Amino acid sequence: MAVEKELKIELGKQGIFVTTIEELYNWGRRSSVWPMQFGLACCAIEMIATTMARYDLARFGAEVFRPSPRQADLMIVSGTVTKKMAPQVVRLYNQMAEPKYVIAMGACAISGGPFKQGYNVLKGIDRYIPVDVHIPGCPPRPEALIQAFMTLQKKIDGQPLTGEGRPRYLDADAQCEFPVPEQGAHDLEPPSNRGVWPVEIQGRGSRD
Amino acid sequence: MSVVETKAERAAGWNRPPAVEPEGEGELLEVAMGPHHPSTHGVFRMDVALDGERVVRLKPVFGYLHRNHEKIAEGASYLASMPYTDRLDYFCSLTNNWAYALAVEKLAGQEVPERAEYIRVILAELTRIQNHASTIGFLLQEMGASGTPLMYAFREREKILDLFESLTGSRMMCNYMRFGGCRVDLSAAWLEATKKVVAGLPAFVDEFEALLTGNEILMARCQGVGVLKPDLAVNASISGPMLRASGVNYDIRKVDHYGIYDRFRFRVPLGDHGDVYDRYMVRVLEMRESIGILNQALQEIPAGPIMDAKAKLRGFRPKPGEAYGRIEAPKGELGFYLISDGSPNPYRYRVRPPSLINLTVLEDMCLGHNVADVVLIFGSVDIVLGEVDR
Amino acid sequence: MQRAEEIKAAIEAAVPGAGVTVVPNPSPSAQHALRLEPAHAVAVATFLRDAPGLAFDYLSNVTGVDWLDKEIAEKVKVTRQVTKTVDGPDGAKVDQIVDETAEETRKRVEPGYLETVYHLYSVALHHGPLVLRMRTVNRTDQIQLPSFTPVWRGAEFQEREVFDLYGIVFTGHPDLRRILMWDEFKDHPMRKDYVEPDDYEYEPTAHDAVLKRAQEHSAAAEGNRE
Repeated sequence: MAVEKELKIELGKQGIFVTTIEELYNWGRRSSVWPMQFGLACCAIEMIATTMARYDLARFGAEVFRPSPRQADLMIVSGTVTKKMAPQVVRLYNQMAEPKYVIAMGACAISGGPFKQGYNVLKGIDRYIPVDVHIPGCPPRPEALIQAFMTLQKKIDGQPLTGEGRPRYLDADAQCEFPVPEQGAHDLEPPSNRGVWPVEIQGRGSRD
Repeated sequence: MSVVETKAERAAGWNRPPAVEPEGEGELLEVAMGPHHPSTHGVFRMDVALDGERVVRLKPVFGYLHRNHEKIAEGASYLASMPYTDRLDYFCSLTNNWAYALAVEKLAGQEVPERAEYIRVILAELTRIQNHASTIGFLLQEMGASGTPLMYAFREREKILDLFESLTGSRMMCNYMRFGGCRVDLSAAWLEATKKVVAGLPAFVDEFEALLTGNEILMARCQGVGVLKPDLAVNASISGPMLRASGVNYDIRKVDHYGIYDRFRFRVPLGDHGDVYDRYMVRVLEMRESIGILNQALQEIPAGPIMDAKAKLRGFRPKPGEAYGRIEAPKGELGFYLISDGSPNPYRYRVRPPSLINLTVLEDMCLGHNVADVVLIFGSVDIVLGEVDR
Repeated sequence: MQRAEEIKAAIEAAVPGAGVTVVPNPSPSAQHALRLEPAHAVAVATFLRDAPGLAFDYLSNVTGVDWLDKEIAEKVKVTRQVTKTVDGPDGAKVDQIVDETAEETRKRVEPGYLETVYHLYSVALHHGPLVLRMRTVNRTDQIQLPSFTPVWRGAEFQEREVFDLYGIVFTGHPDLRRILMWDEFKDHPMRKDYVEPDDYEYEPTAHDAVLKRAQEHSAAAEGNRE
């Protein structure tokens, strides 16, 4: 069924447009990724700057920031996730409709960043929810966020609709909701979601 | 926890906001605005009790961005805390740097060379302009003027950020000031570029004002909304443009004469009514005064060293003692309180956050107004969550 | 602004038995503090706010400090009488009682306490800062201090923060709840002896303090697995 690229271009010159459902479907999805209007910390300001006239995120079809998670396709975790905020972030992610993607923007969202030593700082949002694109930087420049968008678009383009590598939302058995951590007496419980984060986190360690 | 308080609870504290009683029959509606809400400037929560559309009770909830800045700073050397101060109020990293440098200079008795003082003034006033412009942009965004004012503000902000980037290497997290001076010297080309940007700023403020100041919708939404009386403002430790919009003449640049602010001619804009409109207007006028300071400073900046020759950055151990240093940051009085025990780390490191303390009177200002006005009043306080929760 | 000693005298004239002590500050900032007795603190604060020549109407900063139990090693000079044999005038040995001074190191434990620090300014008279301090009796059970929120509203959130992070209980505060951490949280994380949750994944490039913590961490992990 696959039509060779050269042949497609040649046919295109003749006025014949050849595509597959998969390509058309993914093209539509990747060209209108709606992010959630969800700013956490410093990186959120660079995210806003990206949507402004100079960097113009609208070129990528992603300027429509939706305040409601129900209308959003993409969560940009833009900033430090604290332990007080982490349950809310996971809950918002669960409320988003599939297909949904996550960009971890900046050092804090990836690992805790400069605030990693903090008692109230979550050491990376990927302990609780799956992340598609990580952008390093403190904060990442708007160009870096645009690069992350393009990376995400590439990922969407490559997602098959059927078969082994199909995305989560087309797989009835796959997990689409993730457990929300509880705020305990000393720390979050559990300290990580083992379904997403493979490394065992000690939690309280030697203390009670 | 319920946000509706009993009468006995309310009577217990005498300077609590005056009670607003529900008018009609029926139950109050409790709404949690935030921590994910498009108008809360980040992760802030207000638990609001509504009687119809009217706010009867409002309790702010903090801590969703509590990043343990103070605890981390107590385990790090004095110099290592400088980049963390950038991330307090992430719109104004340079004024944060200055406040911290000022506190340490007081603690260790360091002098700052004249050229460095001028550089600090130039950078602080540029910071003030881009902060006020962005604040007004966000305020209008919350009012429903989606896009245009914020786009104008960010267009100007990008020009200023370009200057910061070419001088310090970073757009937002400048990490530029040091105890006893500044990190790198500025070049003649940078000064020329800055003069060009500053020369364009009055036209920007004019354009901004032509769009907003006389706008009928803006006046209808802002005038008489969220009034803050001057005596309450002082008693509740309000600072910055919000204090001056209530008519209290208190600008730390004029009161403390820190740095070299006594050399510049500038006026302190004051409001009459203390409502949202006055807070908007004070910020616009402050931008104009800042442009005036910039013009003077860019003309007069002398040549010379930018670091105190005796200043020591690595292995810096101030003698035991303590100091409180404060500056007039764009958001208000930003102070740092340091206790030294003679070791390389501060024993106690405290940030006096203007954003948090300015929210003390949020409930007083919002009671009796419609829930749509809460968003405006909150926007006119001008907070940044990195500083509120630290 | 008047000097700390003059303000102390003014307070003691206005509030009898206030028991104010001047705490000198040796740093170049020379911001000397006044230590108040908690029993009279609210009366003193009201006086400072309302007295015409002082008019400290603006409470800028409120914070807590944790002082742990301190073991102080002091060198004490002790004089003892020692019998020594010295040469007598005629060449014979004579025993003589001589005073000898020796240095001895003695240790004493100074009990820890929690402290609050207040920085006051005057908006009316443009002066300041005046630094006030108060101490709790200890760090465990007698940790009550009077709240200044009825005098200066600006203390409201800052005292809540001190309560949250240091555990000082402010009596008379209208709304004393945790402000930064969640309500179920039990610890007071800004205290110097707070043990933070060990939820790191350690990197192979660990060194110094990080290496030590990584070793403790893996030892604890071993213990849990067994």
